[in-house]
Amino acid sequence: MLEVRDLSVEIAAGREKLRVVEGVSFSVGRGEAVGLVGESGSGKSMSAFAILNLFPSPHARIAGGDIWLEGRNLRGLSAREWRGVRGAQIGMVFQDPSSYLDPLIPVGRQVAETLRAHGRNEGAEARVLELLDLMELPSPAEVARKYPHELSGGMRQRILIAAALALRPALLIADEPTTALDVTVQAGILDLLTRLRVELDLGILLITHDLGVVAETCQQVHVMYAGTIVEQNEVGALFRQPRHPYSQGLLGSMLGPDSRAGNLFSIPGSVPGARDMPAGCRFHPRCPIFQPGLCDTGEPALVDRTGGGSDRCRRSGEFDNAWRRTA
Amino acid sequence: MWFVARRLLHAVPLLFCVVVLNFVLIAATPGDPVTILVGDFPAPPGYVEQVKREFGLDQPIYVQLMRYLGHVLTGDLGYSFANRQPVSTLILGRLAATLELTLTALLLASLLGIALGMLAARWRGSWLDSGVQGIASTGYSIPDFWLGQLLILVFSIWLGWLPSQGNMSVRGAPEGFAGFLDHLRYLLLPALALSFRYLALIARITRAAMLEVLSADFILAARSRGASETSVMITHALRNAAAPVITVIGYNLGFILAGSALIETVFGWPGIGRLLFDSISRRDYPVMMAILLMVSVTVVLANLATDILHRAIDPRVGDR
Amino acid sequence: MSTPILEARSVSQLFPIRSRQRLFARTVMQRAVDGISVSIHPGEVVALVGESGSGKSTLGRMLLGLLPPSEGSIHFRGEPVAGLSGDAARRFRREVQVVFQDTGASLNPRHTIGQSVALPLQHNLRLPAGEVGRRVDTLLDQVGLAPARFRERLPHELSGGQRQRVGIARALASEPSVIIADEPVSALDVSVRAQVLELLDRLRRQRQLAYLFITHDLGVVRALADRVLVMQGGQLVESGEVDALLTSPQHAYTQRLLAATPVPDPARQAQRLAQALAGRPA
Ligand SMILES: Nc1ncnc2c1ncn2[C@@H]1O[C@H](COP(=O)(O)OP(=O)(O)OP(=O)(O)O)[C@@H](O)[C@H]1O
Ligand SMILES: Nc1ncnc2c1ncn2[C@@H]1O[C@H](COP(=O)(O)OP(=O)(O)O)[C@@H](O)[C@H]1O
Ligand code: SF4
Ligand SMILES: [Mg+2]
Ligand SMILES: [Mg+2]
Repeated sequence: MLEVRDLSVEIAAGREKLRVVEGVSFSVGRGEAVGLVGESGSGKSMSAFAILNLFPSPHARIAGGDIWLEGRNLRGLSAREWRGVRGAQIGMVFQDPSSYLDPLIPVGRQVAETLRAHGRNEGAEARVLELLDLMELPSPAEVARKYPHELSGGMRQRILIAAALALRPALLIADEPTTALDVTVQAGILDLLTRLRVELDLGILLITHDLGVVAETCQQVHVMYAGTIVEQNEVGALFRQPRHPYSQGLLGSMLGPDSRAGNLFSIPGSVPGARDMPAGCRFHPRCPIFQPGLCDTGEPALVDRTGGGSDRCRRSGEFDNAWRRTA
Repeated sequence: MWFVARRLLHAVPLLFCVVVLNFVLIAATPGDPVTILVGDFPAPPGYVEQVKREFGLDQPIYVQLMRYLGHVLTGDLGYSFANRQPVSTLILGRLAATLELTLTALLLASLLGIALGMLAARWRGSWLDSGVQGIASTGYSIPDFWLGQLLILVFSIWLGWLPSQGNMSVRGAPEGFAGFLDHLRYLLLPALALSFRYLALIARITRAAMLEVLSADFILAARSRGASETSVMITHALRNAAAPVITVIGYNLGFILAGSALIETVFGWPGIGRLLFDSISRRDYPVMMAILLMVSVTVVLANLATDILHRAIDPRVGDR
Repeated sequence: MSTPILEARSVSQLFPIRSRQRLFARTVMQRAVDGISVSIHPGEVVALVGESGSGKSTLGRMLLGLLPPSEGSIHFRGEPVAGLSGDAARRFRREVQVVFQDTGASLNPRHTIGQSVALPLQHNLRLPAGEVGRRVDTLLDQVGLAPARFRERLPHELSGGQRQRVGIARALASEPSVIIADEPVSALDVSVRAQVLELLDRLRRQRQLAYLFITHDLGVVRALADRVLVMQGGQLVESGEVDALLTSPQHAYTQRLLAATPVPDPARQAQRLAQALAGRPA
């Protein structure tokens, strides 16, 4: 349904042009949840904004690639046509539900905004109530009249989801929808997304840095690092047998039931910025199995592997866990 | 509603202080009103004392204050020594003209200022934006009486399009709609002169507030729902930018009131501003006090109106 | 046991909630914290969990002396904080430090990292200038930021995780004996989170530093804390040793929190899906 090919995003910083997303490809099918994970600054949000061609900064723009949505290439649409896509075919929800709602407008009207923006004025109010009910909000009529500051974080996020789904888009992009929420509230939102995915046959692109969230909600996973996708696989396979040292490191740094201070693992170093991107494999300065001559000559391509999935590592699969070097 | 009542109640001690302060300020300025009243002629012995007694000016200052307060409370603003008329009659006669001038200026400044600020923010960086910013910075630095004289020079003296003095044709003012138009011709220049500085300020604040709101996250969210730029501007940006703009309009109303004294004098507009100007030069205490009191009440009410508007716009104000 | 460094004895905090409907606004009081006692001993990590709005941060602010309790009292090394003055009060302010979720936001944007960390050294410890420079470098090194690379940088040139570590370095500069940490790692990526947790643990072992650790991440609680307190609606509903409490939680909220914590095991998806479809919880 959604097919992103070779997408690149550029940010103009003075005279420089920074490529913050480079050659990203992925697809989302109907009724499927696809996770995009990676450390902050790896380009997850920029990829998401690019799908709507709508950026928080006026200096950012799509620099290349194609975005196919239900057989139509969105690249090259006019500003007006893009507006027709936003909200109607693709809905989006964001990280911090308080700052993404207008503080001065009752939330019901913000949900209705999606309908009105696409000329569906008739029956808008009834539809809003129906949506709020679908979001499992108690007494929808009352909630619709409230202002954002009168609702809790979880309720606000439900409002954002309702606004994104008002016109039954085929695709929902959720950029860290639970990062700002309490764990128990997060569980409620994730359950809601799962239910909507199944009941509405909704495709979901879920962006997060929490692998636990991905494991519980997504079927496909793409791991992003420094603007590129470094590994892609079906969720079970990726958690069972990650092949790229970065994915292995991310999984290893999660806190499990046996994690105790003193034995916690972490990937040394930090994500490089677009200005000081290392030559060759982008991960090589942090990689435990970096091999001079092999890894620093040209960027490794994303290679499909036998047994499913693909990754960008020249030593892919050599180690079960590159950080512990067990072959 | 309770809020309004409560705020009005809070305003009472404030107004009381204003009255006392006015009184003290004026009493403290040098110059003897009796001299003005009696004139410079050698008065017969005892006459000055008699006049003083008649107007209560022989009493100690605090007695004068108490009497003044009592009168103000009963709506009696006193008697103008210089005009030999009750102050209230004097003021009422001038009120309409001043209201007309100041309200026109206020409306002109607010509507044009907000519109210009919005357009500048919408097309940020365009020639339109540069133009508005130009107006805003020059407008703010031109004194309004100077602008008034410039307008008279250009439109009345050189071009001869508009009259420069008064508020209607003295001889043979037409009736009906023609009369209204005739009147507008007189109103235009002083209202423009009076509003310009204010307009510049409002345009600048509106532009800045709009730009700030337009970079907010919820604007991005509205766009992600497919809302058009116009709808984003009107439903979200303008509303959220309104708070600072209204604050500036309300709290700077004093500008217009202060400006009107000079502008009315420059344009010979028969309003309260000019009355104040005249009464200052004649040391006409009761008139001065009454006008200052009126100005204070207006400012207090304007602030109250600002707060009420705030509450109406922003549901977060007042219930934390 | 030794005397606790910091102790709250049945403290409550009442906040006025104004109602806007009356001529003379009547104030109703809300008990954000309701009769809670906590003690923190040297080298101990006490975790405080609870749902949003349960009063965790409010309790933290009382322990920091930022908010006088409406009822009860706070004790520092056995002395009531309310009665401290002069040197004793200064000592309290120096030894009890805080780290917030977004400590980076509270760094002065115009001060370099080095200047920010130097400030408490000059003010709280009154060290001579030469000594300050050396200490700043040691502290930056301790939090894993190479002094040569970071000393002269401004906050906006750092990533969130790096800024958070600067915040911790600044708190450590005063040589505290206890740190109130309010969600200090919630905004961090997994890999940086692990680094910060290791740092906090090392300091605890090396310096007998104690923490009150406010969080809703049970993974963090398990990794670092000795004891855990569970709050709900301003009250303490459950407390105990971490392992015991997390193995058999008694209170409904603790059970819910445990069930809600995501596990990196895709095999649980089927179960969650069933739960999501079945449950439309009110
Ligand atoms: N200054 C204040 N005035 C009035 N009420 C307050 C104030 N500070 C906190 N509260 C209220 O006290 C209660 C407890 O707040 P607190 O910040 O301690 O919660 P918390 O447990 O830290 O929540 P979170 O997990 O969301 O940080 C809340 O209901 C809050 O609204
Ligand atoms: N307005 C901006 N100006 C310059 N660089 C930016 C801007 N917004 C984002 N970036 C850069 O783009 C990259 C990707 O950012 P983002 O997509 O937000 O990452 P993520 O969502 O994975 O945390 C980062 O290196 C970030 O610093
Ligand atoms: S290509 Fe080389 S440097 Fe890059 S991840 Fe693989 S082994 Fe490491
Ligand atoms: Mg992001
Ligand atoms: Mg808190």
